[in-house]
Amino acid sequence: MADSRQIIEALIKIALLIGALMTAAAYLVLLERWIAAWIQDRRGPNRVGVPLTKIRLFGLGQPIADGVKFLFKEGLTPGHVDKLLYFLAPVTIFVAALAVFAVIPFGSVLPETGLESGQEPIRLVVAPGIDVGMIYVFAVGGIAVYGVLLGGWASNNKYSLFGGLRSGAQLISYELPLGLGILGVVLATGSLRLDAIIAEQAQSGTWNVLVQPLGFVVFFVAAFAEAGRLPFDLPEAEQELVGGYHTEYSGVKLMMYLVAEFLHMIAAAFLIVILFFGGWHFWGVTGSGEQVTWVGAILRVIVLLGKVMAAIFFFMLARWSWPRFRFDQLMTLAWKVMLPLGLVNVVVVAAWIEYGEELAARLGVSPAMSMAVLGWFTLIAAGVIVTAVVPAGYDNRPRRGALVPGTEGEKAE
Amino acid sequence: MNPDDKNLRWIEPPELGFWGKTYLPLLLEGMTTTLRHLFSRKITVQSPEERHEIPEPLRYRGVHRLNRDEQGRVKCVACFLCATACPAHCIDIVAAESPWPDREKYPQTFDIDELRCIYCGMCEEACPVDAIELTSLYDLSGKSREEMVYDKPELLSVYDRTKDSDRRPVGGVSDGDRCESPAQSPSETPFTRESPSETPFTRESPSETPPTGGR
Repeated sequence: MADSRQIIEALIKIALLIGALMTAAAYLVLLERWIAAWIQDRRGPNRVGVPLTKIRLFGLGQPIADGVKFLFKEGLTPGHVDKLLYFLAPVTIFVAALAVFAVIPFGSVLPETGLESGQEPIRLVVAPGIDVGMIYVFAVGGIAVYGVLLGGWASNNKYSLFGGLRSGAQLISYELPLGLGILGVVLATGSLRLDAIIAEQAQSGTWNVLVQPLGFVVFFVAAFAEAGRLPFDLPEAEQELVGGYHTEYSGVKLMMYLVAEFLHMIAAAFLIVILFFGGWHFWGVTGSGEQVTWVGAILRVIVLLGKVMAAIFFFMLARWSWPRFRFDQLMTLAWKVMLPLGLVNVVVVAAWIEYGEELAARLGVSPAMSMAVLGWFTLIAAGVIVTAVVPAGYDNRPRRGALVPGTEGEKAE
Repeated sequence: MNPDDKNLRWIEPPELGFWGKTYLPLLLEGMTTTLRHLFSRKITVQSPEERHEIPEPLRYRGVHRLNRDEQGRVKCVACFLCATACPAHCIDIVAAESPWPDREKYPQTFDIDELRCIYCGMCEEACPVDAIELTSLYDLSGKSREEMVYDKPELLSVYDRTKDSDRRPVGGVSDGDRCESPAQSPSETPFTRESPSETPFTRESPSETPPTGGR
């Protein structure tokens, strides 16, 4: 089945994707520094331009300088580390972060012009035939935990180990709400393929965020945590763990960790956009069918990447807006808030698919509209209940009752 | 501290309430704050092109200068009070018999190690004749440690470059009552912040271009 045309097609797509991703990761570092600077009323890097000239280009040459600096830095291996694992950990996380993109579509399809009859149109995804796309994303994404854990363990350093431990607990905990958030979408679509999920949203014209807001909230929070971004960056926590699991890393190995981190963020942004914001679809701009012209195909890529950029921008804004969680708050959020909310969402969506459409038809209302009403009602109701039931984080400040003997606080303890 | 103490005032944290527990107002507040700052005016001074504006140049403690008197001679009488007061021991004076009748001694050499100096201004406080002062020049630089040890001509040239600035020297001589002018006339060396000098304050160019920033 895999003839030479398919292999060449796949190789071209892989080369394109890896080149684009590496460039994107480098320039996202610059964007991150810019946004950080702007939010702190600074200007950010604006000096480095075209190498060997005095042209500045608003600092767009900074990623080149950063990359060269990283490559020429000494790759120091401390004497107390486990050599094999120390080397293996960054490679693992890097490869895992990159491999996720095999099933993530970065556009729709190319037009069929120039194809022999009977051939499949070229889909803008490296591995178009994988029917278990979502499960693949989870499986490969799960390997990233190994990179972090192994890095923390192999470094033989207490901060690294703490970072690795925290990260292991965090990533595994948040994988559950992440899965539950997706499950609603998968149930509604009936397919695990990411391009099928986009196609369904494009066909119906309603993005999943409109009909499953609760699922979106759960997935969004979990994706933040999986990407290890603030306010969920406990594995690194520069202020407390001096970098966490990558404290002992330097040179190219450190670069692999940092690039992998940005790849995680890009992947999370892609998934958020594809699952909940309609992927390449935009009303009245991109159309929704399988047949596209060249303009349409390029337009779809631009729309998708624009949405992804917006998501990444939000990731970066959030970093400076909200403080980091304490570890117990993190776990409370995962197990006591997000997991039940995700379950509620799955139950509501499943019940809707089983009975809802029939009911809507009998009552004579549009199914999409009633689904949206149900989804938003679920979100608000679940939010109110969670707020009322779950304590808002443990307050461990000293109280009068706890310190002064004989007051009512002591009895309560 | 005894928690029973009658004078102790206990402050209870405010109750979060329903909206506080949802975290939504707090999330919104954080986001609006960052968004506001994202588009606000940036305070960075683009240093080599723009000059940093010193809000209180008279109080600023930058590079030292050795003041001249009305006849253009060094004002210092080599009493060693500054060197004694200096906590960093960065002032090195070699005194000699004064060639002038109005004082006994004068400094044959007067070296200040600008790298050791902590810019505390004690020398300025100690000087009985207001001969040593700190200017508002802040961007001194050099290519070697030796270069950063400023000798007497260098320190005098700092005076020549800053004497006409807005920073009215306490011990220096202003334009009107100076008899002898060792440097250019003041009109040729205006101290304006609008025209930043191309060379920052370095030793190679003591008198060509006046550094700006002093007021």
